Amino acid sequence: MKAFLSTPRSAAIALAAMTLLAGAARADITVISFGGSSQKAQAKAFYEPFAKAGGKVVPGEYNGEQAKIKAMVEAGNVTWDVVEVESPELARGCEEGIYEKLDMSRVGAKGDFVPEAVTECGIGVFVWSTVLAYNADVLKTPPRSWADFWDIEKYPGKRGMRKGAKFTLEFALLADGVKPADVYKTLATPAGVERAFGKLDQIKPHIQWWEAGAQPPQLLASGDLVMSSAYNGRIGTAQKEGKTNLKIVWTHQIYDFDSWAITTGTPKRDEAYRFIALASEPRNQAVFSAHIPYGPSNVKALPLIDKAILAELPTAPRNMESALASDPQFWAEYGEDLEQRFNAWAAK
Amino acid sequence: MPTHAERNDATPHVSFRKVWKTYDGENPVVRDLDLDIRRGEFLTLLGPSGSGKTTCLMMLAGFETPTGGEIRLGDRVINSVPPHKRNIGMVFQNYALFPHMTVRENLRFPLDVRKLPPGEIDKKVKRALDMVQLGDFGDRYPRQMSGGQQQRVALARALVFDPELVLMDEPLGALDKQLREHMQIEIKHIHETLGVTVVFVTHDQSEALALSDRVAVFNKGFIQQIDDPATLYEQPANDFVASFIGENNALGGYVESMHGERCQVKLDNGTRVQASLGNPLRRGDRALVSVRPECVRINAQSLGCANRMGGYVREVIYLGDHLRVRVELAGRREIVVKAPAAQHKHRFDMGDAIHLGIDPEHLRVLGMAADA
Amino acid sequence: MPDVALALPDNPGAARTVSLKAQLRRAERRKKLKYGALIVPLVVFLLLTFVWPIAALMKRAVDNPEVVAAFPATCALLRGWDGRSPPDDTVFATLANEMAATRGTPVFASAAKRLNMEQPGFRSLMMKTAKALPPAAGRSAPAAGRSARAALIAADARWGELAAWQLFARNASPYTARYLLASVDRKYDDAGHIVAAGADEAIYVKVLKRTFGMSAVVTACCLLLGFPLAYLMATQPARVANVLMIFVLLPFWTSILVRVAAWLVLLQREGLVNQALRAAGIIEKPLELVFNDIGVYISMVHILLPFMILPLYSVMKGISPLYVRAAISLGCPPIASFWKVYFPQALPGVGAGGLLVFILCMGYYITPALLGSPGEQMASYFIAFYTNQTVNWGMAAALSAILFMATLVLYMVYLRLVGGQESASRTT
Repeated sequence: MKAFLSTPRSAAIALAAMTLLAGAARADITVISFGGSSQKAQAKAFYEPFAKAGGKVVPGEYNGEQAKIKAMVEAGNVTWDVVEVESPELARGCEEGIYEKLDMSRVGAKGDFVPEAVTECGIGVFVWSTVLAYNADVLKTPPRSWADFWDIEKYPGKRGMRKGAKFTLEFALLADGVKPADVYKTLATPAGVERAFGKLDQIKPHIQWWEAGAQPPQLLASGDLVMSSAYNGRIGTAQKEGKTNLKIVWTHQIYDFDSWAITTGTPKRDEAYRFIALASEPRNQAVFSAHIPYGPSNVKALPLIDKAILAELPTAPRNMESALASDPQFWAEYGEDLEQRFNAWAAK
Repeated sequence: MPTHAERNDATPHVSFRKVWKTYDGENPVVRDLDLDIRRGEFLTLLGPSGSGKTTCLMMLAGFETPTGGEIRLGDRVINSVPPHKRNIGMVFQNYALFPHMTVRENLRFPLDVRKLPPGEIDKKVKRALDMVQLGDFGDRYPRQMSGGQQQRVALARALVFDPELVLMDEPLGALDKQLREHMQIEIKHIHETLGVTVVFVTHDQSEALALSDRVAVFNKGFIQQIDDPATLYEQPANDFVASFIGENNALGGYVESMHGERCQVKLDNGTRVQASLGNPLRRGDRALVSVRPECVRINAQSLGCANRMGGYVREVIYLGDHLRVRVELAGRREIVVKAPAAQHKHRFDMGDAIHLGIDPEHLRVLGMAADA
Repeated sequence: MPDVALALPDNPGAARTVSLKAQLRRAERRKKLKYGALIVPLVVFLLLTFVWPIAALMKRAVDNPEVVAAFPATCALLRGWDGRSPPDDTVFATLANEMAATRGTPVFASAAKRLNMEQPGFRSLMMKTAKALPPAAGRSAPAAGRSARAALIAADARWGELAAWQLFARNASPYTARYLLASVDRKYDDAGHIVAAGADEAIYVKVLKRTFGMSAVVTACCLLLGFPLAYLMATQPARVANVLMIFVLLPFWTSILVRVAAWLVLLQREGLVNQALRAAGIIEKPLELVFNDIGVYISMVHILLPFMILPLYSVMKGISPLYVRAAISLGCPPIASFWKVYFPQALPGVGAGGLLVFILCMGYYITPALLGSPGEQMASYFIAFYTNQTVNWGMAAALSAILFMATLVLYMVYLRLVGGQESASRTT
């Protein structure tokens, strides 16, 4: 109840107060990202050059909830200018008018980008993927696939998965032998959904659900988990810090884009375009990938990236061999139903 | 007066033997106390606050444990008997009626605990309520009653289970003066009717005198004197008792000579007086001579008194039935005199010379009060 | 006053009484107005921050504006439809027109999303159909109707089935009981009857039961732990009581998130508690203390304990220790005395503390979300889920409304119990 009451009106009031404080310089724009190590990399790669170019980013973070943005747009008081959004939310938000239609000519040459990165209301920031990660200090025999993730006998112990239907159901089907190309087709049928939940039932007592991307590396390092689904960037950052021996299994990774979108009705549209254009430049995208192993959306950035790093990106050819592209249309369509079903299943 | 006290003098109902009590291990609140309470008597423990009277009561009730000595109830030592097994009724200062129970439930409480048959309980409750004239109030809650009514309920509750002994800890302290006097009479009647032994604690000396068969005057952990009210008033054992009970004039001096019950004392202002001995004293002992203000005669009435002295009126207060006259004697000593207003139609004025006379039997020579 | 007396010389006394009464009334009214004015800001504040949001919330729970907003004419027609025979051509034509007019707009998308909520796949059906339709035209002749029917069915065969239209018709009214029904695991079937939700979807009755169950357990634990402490505080000298009070209030000085994080550190597999127990040789394998009900209970009891202790303490402070003494002097053993005499007097505190903890408990979601498994999530978790994750405010509002009603009922019961006792003992 608390959460709900605080949503539309009071959020608008709080944000209005924030604007008063932050709105001193006209050039300030508020950029909302998912936080954590990804935002740290963005600060280096995007915020700093933007500051050099005379702008200023007021960074903020959220967890992907669209409620706040919707409330902002409905109240006509938009203070989040540029938002990093995942694909299904982008598709839905675009249709519902939460995000503005993007004028590609103000961002860059369309041909420079990975085709899927350019959509009606957004331009891809990077490619990220959800992978199987494990602690090599704990598991002497490395797992090789999601089928191994389901193998309780061979790999006893808790495994982590994101609390939600998205990707969890895909992994279940992949582990059950469904080919990547058939995953969404299968999941669109009641039998396929049944099959996915049936597969999840097999390891349900062994699953430790996580919610924030920072949790899997932590829980793997502490020994609470033997393996986990995880965002590849989080694992990459943990590997770089070198405290624990975390490893990634790229087989059957699921990748998706995070995109920039401009909130409908922002008073700082021009600044927002300037920021997005700058963040889409190959040079800056290369810096980003150097800080966190997520793939650039601008293909011209690839030659600027170190060979060793390139091999650890989701977009590296070897990693893409069995990869599955997340289908935003599928999730826009079936998301609510499947999430509800997932909740009912998880709470049993 | 002491009708109940006479009934059974042989074995005391309650006795304290060499009882000590200290809370901090250093300062005793009660020291070396010996006290016998007779069966059926109304005994009052009187004294200023901190004198040890309430502590004595609490030790008797069982809420405090004596540090030394023993307390007997009848012929058994009750030092280690827990309070709920002592069968002693108690009336508390603020009544301590259970606010969530009706009057009837309050009265039933001690009977229910004793698992009496229901018929008997009802009978006893009814009798107790009638005794305090609250027969119609059984279904009220305490907060719906006046202070006096609550007091009566508390009294009834302490008596309803026929306890061996009833303790009352300043039970009338919260009532106004008129109601208090009324309740005193009521308590006295109940005591006379039931014949139960009552130990009553108060710091109000007039209450003590009005109610008691005997009064034990406490000060600094000692019993200064224990006697019936008349003896206490007329023959106080020491200056503390003399001044704590009633009003008293005390003049310092030395014993010069003794003649049986009588002696001659030279007061500090040089005057020699004939007095009666209150405490055994020897020639040359330091002594206080004490006289009640109403026992001093004035002017014409002082003729023929063995002791006469002169002085000046310093203050006169008219109190309706009597006058209060403050007189300065030789050597700047002062004495207060109460004169019946009817006998002194003409007023005294400030500065008037005045003659005072005191009979030797009213002038008592006392030793200093026992002290640490 | 003298004037009145002069004017009515026959009965000056009566006149005076009348005017005195009037004056008194006037004075009283003025006083009331003056005091009333003092609380106007509070009333306005309460209306704005309390009454209005709750009313808005209740309305949200039954609001159903999306479909009506996008297809008002179609909805008007469908409201008169019997729901058993296929709708006539006019309905097809009107819908085709309205679809063509609104396609590509946010209004259309919202309506599609709303229908998709009840029937997954309906969104793409709407999108596909809208794309396939010819541009809107103001025709409504029978011929146009027939061609519209053909066009729709050509775009997707599902328009030829009753189910699609029944779904549409169910949402043709600006208000719906769907969200409230879903909150108690009920739904409309195609024919519009209320039926139990399927085993795969049914969740909220269980969640609500769990919410009440967990709240009851936490309240009971708080009472068991809080009662002795409150009693200790009430009976100790002020100095000791103050120190204890500081310890009770200490948790208030840190945010809930910090406290939850601290419990996580303490209770996790390699956490302090497990390490200590293992070092002491009490256990061999680490205990599962977190991400299950144990962790949630420990943390929630810790967070809510002060809310139990404070009301208890304030009530107990007012109970004189003399009562228990009196009961003992009447022959009742000490423990029985406490139970029969002290405890009944402390009951208002138990009631207030219990109610407070229970109600707060029902609203908790951060603690179970972070320390529990999906099996410990309470109603608020799903409210937050619908509010933030899926932006389904109708569902969030319906669940909130049910929680709110439960709270209200609980409060009423409490008032009945405590208030009844009070008034019974007050009446003379």
